[in-house]
Amino acid sequence: MLNQLTQYLQSTVTPGQAGSMLWATIYILVIFAGISLCVVFINWGERKALAHFQIRLGPMRVGPHGLLQPIADALKLLLKEDTIPANADKVVFWVAPFIVTTAAFVVYLVVPFGPQHAVTDMNIGILFMLGVSSLGVLGIITAGWASNSHYPLLGSLRSSAQMVSYEVAMGLAVISAILMTSFTPGSGSGTLSMIGIVEAQKAQGVWFLFKFFPLGLVAFVVFAIAMIAETNRAPFDLPEAESELVAGFHTEYSGFRWSLFMLGEYAAMIAVSSIAVTLWLGGWMRPFPNLLSGTNWDTIFSLVPGAFFLFLSAVTLYSTARMPKKLTFRIQTVGLGAFGLLLGAVGLVMLVPGVRERVQDIFWFMLKVAVFMYLYIWYRATWPRYRFDQLMRVGWKVLLPLSLGVLIVTGVVGLSPELMTWLKGVL
Amino acid sequence: MPILKNIAAIAKGMSITLKEMFAPTVVENYPDGPGPLKGAKFQERFRGVHVLQRDENGLEKCVACFLCAAACPSNCIYIEAAENTAENRISGAERYAKVYNIDYNRCIFCGYCVEACPTDAITHGHGFELATFNASNLVYRKEQLLAPMPAHLGANAVFNKAEIDKGMPALTS
Repeated sequence: MLNQLTQYLQSTVTPGQAGSMLWATIYILVIFAGISLCVVFINWGERKALAHFQIRLGPMRVGPHGLLQPIADALKLLLKEDTIPANADKVVFWVAPFIVTTAAFVVYLVVPFGPQHAVTDMNIGILFMLGVSSLGVLGIITAGWASNSHYPLLGSLRSSAQMVSYEVAMGLAVISAILMTSFTPGSGSGTLSMIGIVEAQKAQGVWFLFKFFPLGLVAFVVFAIAMIAETNRAPFDLPEAESELVAGFHTEYSGFRWSLFMLGEYAAMIAVSSIAVTLWLGGWMRPFPNLLSGTNWDTIFSLVPGAFFLFLSAVTLYSTARMPKKLTFRIQTVGLGAFGLLLGAVGLVMLVPGVRERVQDIFWFMLKVAVFMYLYIWYRATWPRYRFDQLMRVGWKVLLPLSLGVLIVTGVVGLSPELMTWLKGVL
Repeated sequence: MPILKNIAAIAKGMSITLKEMFAPTVVENYPDGPGPLKGAKFQERFRGVHVLQRDENGLEKCVACFLCAAACPSNCIYIEAAENTAENRISGAERYAKVYNIDYNRCIFCGYCVEACPTDAITHGHGFELATFNASNLVYRKEQLLAPMPAHLGANAVFNKAEIDKGMPALTS
């Protein structure tokens, strides 16, 4: 056991590559639990942030500032009656939510939270990711079909059409990022491995977002739009369009099955955000790894995660002190204070030398993903839903030619960098 | 360049929602808010539970003219009148309301009673937490509706109390 632990601590590769079955299993369990917890609290964050975007307060009553609301929601969902419509195709109806959730979670096998912090490093990582994440639509179609009801069927038909049209643009945008990995000086060949892509950004000394400016940016924007459509989020939430289709493909679902759909949706959001972060935003790398290099800067940046948690702890303890001094708030106040102390303890552990170097990758990665999750909520608060023909037009007539053009120009410019300067001179 | 215009429009829209996010909320944190109102805020003219007003001498303004009961579209006001006497003076005029009930099962808070009142005795207050498990609790009696005694009379009462404690005979009203 101790042997395993020391081996793990000295390892510089992922458990999958090292062939350590034990650590791979632990990683899978930790990722599954962690992502589920993230989903639960993103749900709270979404309700809260959306409320404040609309000048409301959002959940306030279960726990301080509604912090325990997701737990109450989860309990409610588990206790709800689980109904299957009389004329539904029972087996398919039963299996659909599992397809959605499984597809969303399998993607995390290759998500690189750090150079050592991934379950495994497949040499076809990004291909695997795109392939598995697009399986989720299968679950949506089966759900709509098996419900044997009008609205779910319409929702799932919309969903399939939407997926088909946005998958193409998304794939082409991803290819242009993969193409950039092959321009690493001295390597000559690109990579499909998720870790390899981040390493290539490190070697080239630039995030692919800024590579061949503005080519990388355009590809990223195409991907950012396509990934919203891919995860059925506002403003592309036509498959579940509340005002038109009741709840779209999951109209007939209730209780635990419905919550599986929600879990799958939010897990898929985190998954595609982590693709975007890996491909264009330098994955686990800290900000300015080249501009502010050297051991001093390394130390300073490795202190940031701990400091961040200590800051959160301070904020929590401050709000604990500001809680109403009523008897009915006693338990909540004590709970919030304990939570603040817990955050502080985590922060202190993250400051320990040895630990901080190993966890900072995860921190930077999750921070970048968190920005994407916030953007998802922000988009939802800002934009009205697209009409279906507008959706199709954007997909096929704007994003597809754009990503194709970016791909071609990236290839040409990558072969002769002088062309880029010439192009810029012409423009 | 229409595309630049579109990007500017998107940026503007998103900045508006971001601004709203940091704006103070219009929704009140009602049952958990600070103060005796628990965070609720009222318009001045909010029509809540009725208050039967007193004049500056602490006498009831209601003269039991039944105009409010006549004006009430839902017929929820019940009054029994009685004559004021020199020994027992309740209101400033000849008669006073011995019983004044408002049945909040029926009241629709239309405010017609307040408009009808010739002496401004009945007014709308800001009370609104009327919910109860027993409908008979919703018939409010005069004692529940009456405004408290004016502050200066209360102050006199304190002096009276001090004099009674010293052995003076109590003044009966």
